[in-house]
Amino acid sequence: MELFLQQLINGIVQGSIYALIALGYTMVYGVLRLINFAHGDVFMVGAFVGFYVAAAFKISEPSLGALFLVMTSAMFAAAILGILIERFAYRPVRKFSRLTSLITAIGVSLLLEYLAQFFFGATPKSFPTVLEIKNINITSNVTISNDSILIVVVSILLMLMLNVIVFKTKLGKAMRAVSFNLDVAKLMGINTDFVISFTFALGSALAAAAGILYSVHFTKIDPLMGLLTGLKAFVAAVLGGIGNITGAVLGGLLLGIAEIMVSAYISSSYKDVFAFMILILVLIVKPAGLLGSAAQEKV
Amino acid sequence: MKSRTFLKTIFSSLFILIIFATFIACEKKDDTNNSSGNNTNSSNTIKIGQYGSLTGDKATFGQSTKKGIDLALDEANKSGGLLGKQIEMIIEDNRGLQQEATTVVQKLIDKDKVIAVLGEVASTNSIAGGQVCQEKKIPMVSPSSTNPQVTQVGDYIFRVCFLDDFQGEVMAKFAANTLKVKKVAILHDNASDYSKGLSEFFSQTFKKLGGEILVDEAYQSADSDFSAQLTKIKGLNPEAIYIPGYYTQVGQIAQQARKAGITVPLMGGDGWDSQTLFDIGKDALNGCFISNHYTIEDPDPNVQSFITNFKAKFNETPDALAALAYDAAKILFDAIKRANSTDPKAIRDALAQTKEFKAVTGVITISPTRDAVKSAVVLEIQNGKYKYRETIKPDAAPAQSAAVTTK
Repeated sequence: MELFLQQLINGIVQGSIYALIALGYTMVYGVLRLINFAHGDVFMVGAFVGFYVAAAFKISEPSLGALFLVMTSAMFAAAILGILIERFAYRPVRKFSRLTSLITAIGVSLLLEYLAQFFFGATPKSFPTVLEIKNINITSNVTISNDSILIVVVSILLMLMLNVIVFKTKLGKAMRAVSFNLDVAKLMGINTDFVISFTFALGSALAAAAGILYSVHFTKIDPLMGLLTGLKAFVAAVLGGIGNITGAVLGGLLLGIAEIMVSAYISSSYKDVFAFMILILVLIVKPAGLLGSAAQEKV
Repeated sequence: MKSRTFLKTIFSSLFILIIFATFIACEKKDDTNNSSGNNTNSSNTIKIGQYGSLTGDKATFGQSTKKGIDLALDEANKSGGLLGKQIEMIIEDNRGLQQEATTVVQKLIDKDKVIAVLGEVASTNSIAGGQVCQEKKIPMVSPSSTNPQVTQVGDYIFRVCFLDDFQGEVMAKFAANTLKVKKVAILHDNASDYSKGLSEFFSQTFKKLGGEILVDEAYQSADSDFSAQLTKIKGLNPEAIYIPGYYTQVGQIAQQARKAGITVPLMGGDGWDSQTLFDIGKDALNGCFISNHYTIEDPDPNVQSFITNFKAKFNETPDALAALAYDAAKILFDAIKRANSTDPKAIRDALAQTKEFKAVTGVITISPTRDAVKSAVVLEIQNGKYKYRETIKPDAAPAQSAAVTTK
C-alpha cells in the first residue's frame, strides 16, 4: 500500500509536468486549430535560458530568489520566442490549409532542435541547483521532495490563472471570440493578430515554466529533451480533450500516473508504448477527449 | 501590391543566386580536397580513420578517446611516423548515433580511402561501424567497446579492452567477496547492448557466488524519470544496486535514488567513467563503485609517463577511455610497422599476432577471438574522485587485494 502511494506521488509529479506543457498545446489549438509541434522545443529553450541566466548571474547558492529570477527570465524569453515563431512561421501560412501550418510546425520544431544543438552543443548539461532539495516524509516509507510539491503547486496555480485570464478578462473574451470564428472576430473590431500573438506568448511562457521545473527536478538538460516530453504532453492534451484547459491538466495527470504505474507494475519498456496507445485509443473511441465536446466553450 | 510582388521576385532570385553560389563554392572546395587528398595518399602520408561520439549524450567518451589517439599520433609522427611516412588521422563525428556510425565509416573508407579505422566506444556503434569495415575488408580496432558481439562481427575487427562478461564478473566478485553483500537489485538500460550484457554476466556470476538478484529493472536511454523503478527497488531493500549504464543517466539515477531515500552503494562499469557523471550526480555518488580498465594510481613507469605526457598536452588527467584509445592507436601503429605495408590484409594479420604488448592499460595479448586478455580494477568514488580498491585478474585466480588500500 505504501509502495502504491509512493508510485502515485511519482505519477502526479510526472503528470504535472505533462500538464504544464499540455496547457500550451491546448491554448494554441483552441484559438488557431493549430497543433504547435514546436511547443516541446520552446520548453527546451526555456530550460536552456534558465541555465544560461543562472550562469550569467553566477548563482551558486540555492534560494527562492534564484529560482524566481531563473523562472521569470526563462518565461519572458520563451514568450518572445513564441511571438517570433508565430509572426515569422505561422502567420505567413495562416491563410493556407491547416496541413500547411502543421508541416510548418514540424519544420520549426526541427529548426529549434538543431539550432539548439549548434549553439548549446549536443552534450547534456547539468542544471544548476537553484532550489535546495529537501525530502518530506509523509509516512516512514512515503516521501515527497519539496521540488515535487513545487511542480504540482505551480501547475495548479498556472492552470487557475489561465482559467481566470480566459474566462474573466477582456483579452480572454477576445481569445474565445477568435477561437469561434476568426473572420467574424475581426469584423467585431478585435485585433486578431494581437490576440493570437498573446496566445502564443502565454503558451510559450507556460512551456518555459515547465522547462525550469523539469530541469530543477531532473537536473539534466539537453537540446532534444523537448522531443519526447513534448509528444507525451500532446498525448495528454488529446486525452483531456484538446482545446480544453481543465482537460489538459486532467490528461497530463492521468498520463503521468498511468506511465508510472505501467513502469512499476508491468515493465518500464512498455511505458512509451502505453502512452501512445492511449493516444490511438482516444482518437478511435472518443476523439473529443475526456472533457472536450462540441458544446464546450473552447479556448 | 505590385511593388510587393516585385520585391518578392528580387528576394527569391537573390535567394536562388546564393544557393547556386554556395553549391559552386562547395564543389570547388571538394575538388581541391579530393585532388590534394589523392596526392597525399600516394605520396607522403598514411591515412587512418577515426569515428566516435564527439557530440551527443556520450560525447565525453568520444572526446577522451580522441585525445588519447591524438597523443599517440603526435608521438608516432614526432619519431618519424610509419614506414617513413607521416600518419594522417581523419576524424568523423557520429554524434553517438548508430545510423551515423554506419554512414561516417562508409565515408572514411570510400571517400577518404583510409587503410585502418579506430573506434568506437559504445558497443552498439562499434558493431554498426564494424559491419562496414568487415564488408570492405578494412581492419578496425575498437579501443573500449566491451560487448562480446563487437569482435564477432568478423575477422577484421579487434579490440584492446576486456569484455562485458569479464567486467560483469569482476563487479559480481567484488560485491560478493569484498563488499560481502547477498541481495542486489539491478537497473539496466534496455536500449544498450553494453548495459544488457553487463547485467546478464553480473547476475550469472553473482548467483554462482551465492548471492541473490532481487529484481532486474530496466529503463530507456531517453528517460529522465526513474522514480517508478527506484521506488520498486527501494521496497525490496537491496544491500547494493548494480547500474551498468552510461554516465548521463547514471548521474540522474544516483540523484533520484538518494532523493527517494536509497542509501546503499551503487555499482557500475566503465560506462560511468566521465567527468559529466560527477557534474550531474554530484554527492549522490559518494561510496559507489565502478569496474574500470586502469587507475592513475598505478606506479608502472609506462602508465606514469603516459599520464605526464597527457597532462602536458591537454592539461587534464586522462580517464580510462583516453588510456585505451592511446593503447589502441599504439597497437595499430605497431601492427602497421610489423606488417611493413599499407595493405589492409597485411595489417589485419599483424594485428592478430599482437603478443604481450606493453600498454598503459596492462600487458595486451590479442586472443584468437581478436579480444584483449587483461585484468580490471575496481575503483571507489569519493567526492568526485576515484580511489583504487582492488585488481581482479581474468583467470579464476582469487581476487588480489592490493597494497594501495592504505590510501
